[in-house]
Amino acid sequence: MTELIRMNASDLVDAMNSGDVSSVEITQAHLDRIAAVDADVHAFLHVDAAGALSAAAEVDAKRSSGESQSVLAGVPLGLKDILATKGLPTTCGSKILENWIPPYDATVVSRLRQAGIPILGKTNMDEFAMGSSTEHSAFGPTHNPWDLERIPGGSGGGSSACLAAFEAPLAIGTDTGGSIRQPAAVTGTVGVKPTYGGVSRYGAVALASSLDQIGPCARTVLDTALLHSVIAGYDPMDSTSINAAVPAVVEAARRGDVQGMKIGIVREIGGEGFQAGVQARFDESVALLENLGAEIVEVSCPNFPLALAAYYLILPSECSSNLAKFDGIRFGLRVGDDGSKSVEQVMSETRAAGFGDEVIRRIILGTYALSAGYYDAYYGQAQKVRTMIAQDFTRAFEEVDVLISPTAPTTAFKIGEKLDDPMAMYLNDVATIPVNLAGLPGMSLPIGLADEDNLPVGLQIMAPAMADDRLYNVGAAIERELLAKWGAPLLSKAPELAGA
Amino acid sequence: MTEPTMKYSEAIEKFDPVMGLEVHVELGTKTKMFCGCSTEFGAEPNTQVCPVCLGLPGALPAVNHIGVESAIRIGLALNCEIATWCRFARKNYFYPDMPKNFQTSQYDEPIAFNGYLDVDIETEEGTKTFRVEIERAHMEEDTGKNTHLGGATGRIHGADYSLVDYNRAGIPLIEIVTKPIVGTGKYAPEVAKAYVSALREILRSLDVSDVKMEQGSMRCDVNLSLRPTPESPLGTRSETKNVNSLRSVERSVRYEVTRHAARLTAGQTVVQETRHWHEDTGVTTAGRPKSDADDYRYFPEPDLMPIAPSREWVEELRATLPENPAVRRTRLMTSWNLSELEMTNLMNAGVLELVEAAVNAGMSPDSARKWYTGELARVANERGVEVEEVGVGHDVLARIEALIADGGLNDKLARQVLEGVMAGEGSVDEVIAGRGLAVVSDDGPLLEAIDAALAADPEVAAKIASGKLQAAGAVVGAVMKATRGQADAARVRELLFEKLGVSE
Repeated sequence: MTELIRMNASDLVDAMNSGDVSSVEITQAHLDRIAAVDADVHAFLHVDAAGALSAAAEVDAKRSSGESQSVLAGVPLGLKDILATKGLPTTCGSKILENWIPPYDATVVSRLRQAGIPILGKTNMDEFAMGSSTEHSAFGPTHNPWDLERIPGGSGGGSSACLAAFEAPLAIGTDTGGSIRQPAAVTGTVGVKPTYGGVSRYGAVALASSLDQIGPCARTVLDTALLHSVIAGYDPMDSTSINAAVPAVVEAARRGDVQGMKIGIVREIGGEGFQAGVQARFDESVALLENLGAEIVEVSCPNFPLALAAYYLILPSECSSNLAKFDGIRFGLRVGDDGSKSVEQVMSETRAAGFGDEVIRRIILGTYALSAGYYDAYYGQAQKVRTMIAQDFTRAFEEVDVLISPTAPTTAFKIGEKLDDPMAMYLNDVATIPVNLAGLPGMSLPIGLADEDNLPVGLQIMAPAMADDRLYNVGAAIERELLAKWGAPLLSKAPELAGA
Repeated sequence: MTEPTMKYSEAIEKFDPVMGLEVHVELGTKTKMFCGCSTEFGAEPNTQVCPVCLGLPGALPAVNHIGVESAIRIGLALNCEIATWCRFARKNYFYPDMPKNFQTSQYDEPIAFNGYLDVDIETEEGTKTFRVEIERAHMEEDTGKNTHLGGATGRIHGADYSLVDYNRAGIPLIEIVTKPIVGTGKYAPEVAKAYVSALREILRSLDVSDVKMEQGSMRCDVNLSLRPTPESPLGTRSETKNVNSLRSVERSVRYEVTRHAARLTAGQTVVQETRHWHEDTGVTTAGRPKSDADDYRYFPEPDLMPIAPSREWVEELRATLPENPAVRRTRLMTSWNLSELEMTNLMNAGVLELVEAAVNAGMSPDSARKWYTGELARVANERGVEVEEVGVGHDVLARIEALIADGGLNDKLARQVLEGVMAGEGSVDEVIAGRGLAVVSDDGPLLEAIDAALAADPEVAAKIASGKLQAAGAVVGAVMKATRGQADAARVRELLFEKLGVSE
């Protein structure tokens, strides 16, 4: 049998069902891997060995007594540190929450626990999910397992890196402008941002409420679909949650048939700023889809070039309000409370000390954009652009079943390379932001390595709202073909991590 | 520090007052506006809280449907239009009693707007109806409650530290805002009071809130400005916060008119600021400066879906509205045979509901009215509570009335019985038994007492016998005294005249 840590989640489930291995063994293998390599990768902020093993033991007991189990019972997972976990630290990568232990579980966390999925620990992220490199974590960057000097994407770099480093077969991310998909792209893993409202946001610390979405991450399309099916579905605790049946993502991931589908290439995504090796792999994927019987058409989404600007008004505006609660009064860091200062001073000192530069930058931007006299020009205009982008999608989906593009303009860049240039950092998300603005589902899956640097390239698939199953169908078709072509998963080409 | 004021009559001669009233009403829903926590008043601090109303990271709001329904019913009862589509908005500002540092409220899309409320006031020319136009009624959540400790004033300035109780945070509020109220002239204080009173009646009839001003479930902010003439542009306003009784609404308006007038007449400007009303001294003091440029950075609440009440639902709610209190007032006035003035007094005393309940339970309108506006109002006033809080139900009054009617009690004894009931000594009959309060109906002891009284004052017998019947009062008084008020005065009189051989 393959080394446990290199197995896919679906294979691990089969192995457990046939009695070859227990969840405790699987979980322990991953904990050992974390102990061996995470000093180099730094995918995890907290590891909960005891909690994970006890959940695993519970699953094993149920399995041996013949109780019915969920589709992923016993397969351990890395959880982005932005989801509230009862009794486990939840820092959002920020000093301001360094010692906060939530008294409640996020809805997704409850569903994971219910499904018997052991939570290995909490994964690193850019502070409050602001960033595309995980360099903005207050607790130090995560390193890309493909090249430890490079970024693993962001904000969910811990979740993507733990998959690529074989520290976990499953992970949970959140995606506000690409924080699941771009990390997946640059680490050679799979990540899905579901339809807005498809997965409950209750308990995910909000960055921008109207854009945030929790989603599944894994190393294969099928594993991602299985995890998707576990976490998705209506939740009355989240008013924006959609009360409808979860799209049949697992069936779609098993099908992988694009024969007769119409697939659109967005004219406005690509060209300038897109690395040649990224474009080359993308073009090959297009040809591959055509070979599989899909009809490829070029579509225009004329307002996409405005997406980044609109996004950087809406996101900071919402985040300036969402992050106001971090004031040192009820939870988290408190600075300057020596009895001599007013509550305003303590709030102000707490926030100045607790938030990092990127967070402060966006709070200031958003506060400004919402100010009286500027609201219409900034927030108001941005919302209009948002509507126009949604209309671009609507028109495109009248013509095609899904849209595709490169996920990120480049492969993983070097740690430190863009840290002092926020605009360059923001441009990483130029291809992923439109679906967040329109509330649509999107997937990134690996399509090969760029010739110039031998680093992974991701393909983005975009679908209409609540048609998340189409992502999995198309993704599975491409994945199957590429696996046959390569003879082994892309990640087998990643360098061995030295380990401790 | 008391500020100079001008005599009210003088002030009103020189200036035209303009008011704006903002009333916050806590809805009587069982749970909070955006979470499932209890809204029960008086619980231990911070025991009715959860991640949502504490604003913990990750928590999300979910709208209380009953809260929305109540808001619509209030809007309809205030003759408002109901929005076909509206949203919540975030009002952003930092304050420790506000868990999220923004209040979930409504901004430019209130659920109800463009309404009015007609109120009656007594003027020199008789009862006049005054229309108060309503700008909007919108939904929002209440804040927590700060207690400032260690200072002399109980205010944040000078306090050593403050405690916050978040039990109140997230309780549904409806804020009802009037348009500028103009044209009241000298009756501004009366109009303000009558408006708040009428509003309270309506809210009570809708059964959406317990509207207890002293507990803060109904709070009134009074904006007031003066201008030289009704044609002049609006003057600078002050905003008197949390005026917590009907009487205070009237008094604070009156006070602010006299304070503004004094400043303006002295060539000073009125400072745009909030004012604190002091019930005890009857004055307001400066709070925080308030500018029109206060920037709350409102934007639509992205965590909640827009609310689009269907017209069918609105009409359904309209059809089930209770009788309008004004209509009801006319109906009751006729059926109880009251004058306008008597009815207004009843309304202003805030006891209409109580009287109606008593009448429905079989009491006569006159005696119910007499009890609630008389003895019970006096006790409530003495204790500084509302009449309904005195703790005397109409069952108690009905029993007392029945005993008076068949001679078992007289008025004086009845008051003592009431006192006993309020003191928790039990039911009416238990108090009578316990205190031995029954009217002495046996003639024997009465005749003895009459004899004793006549013996003590021999001249009085002669006076009565000679036809000066008014002199009988002294004897009756003496007998009442001797029987500790337990005699039936009419019977004493009868026995006395019989004894002296005179007739009335």
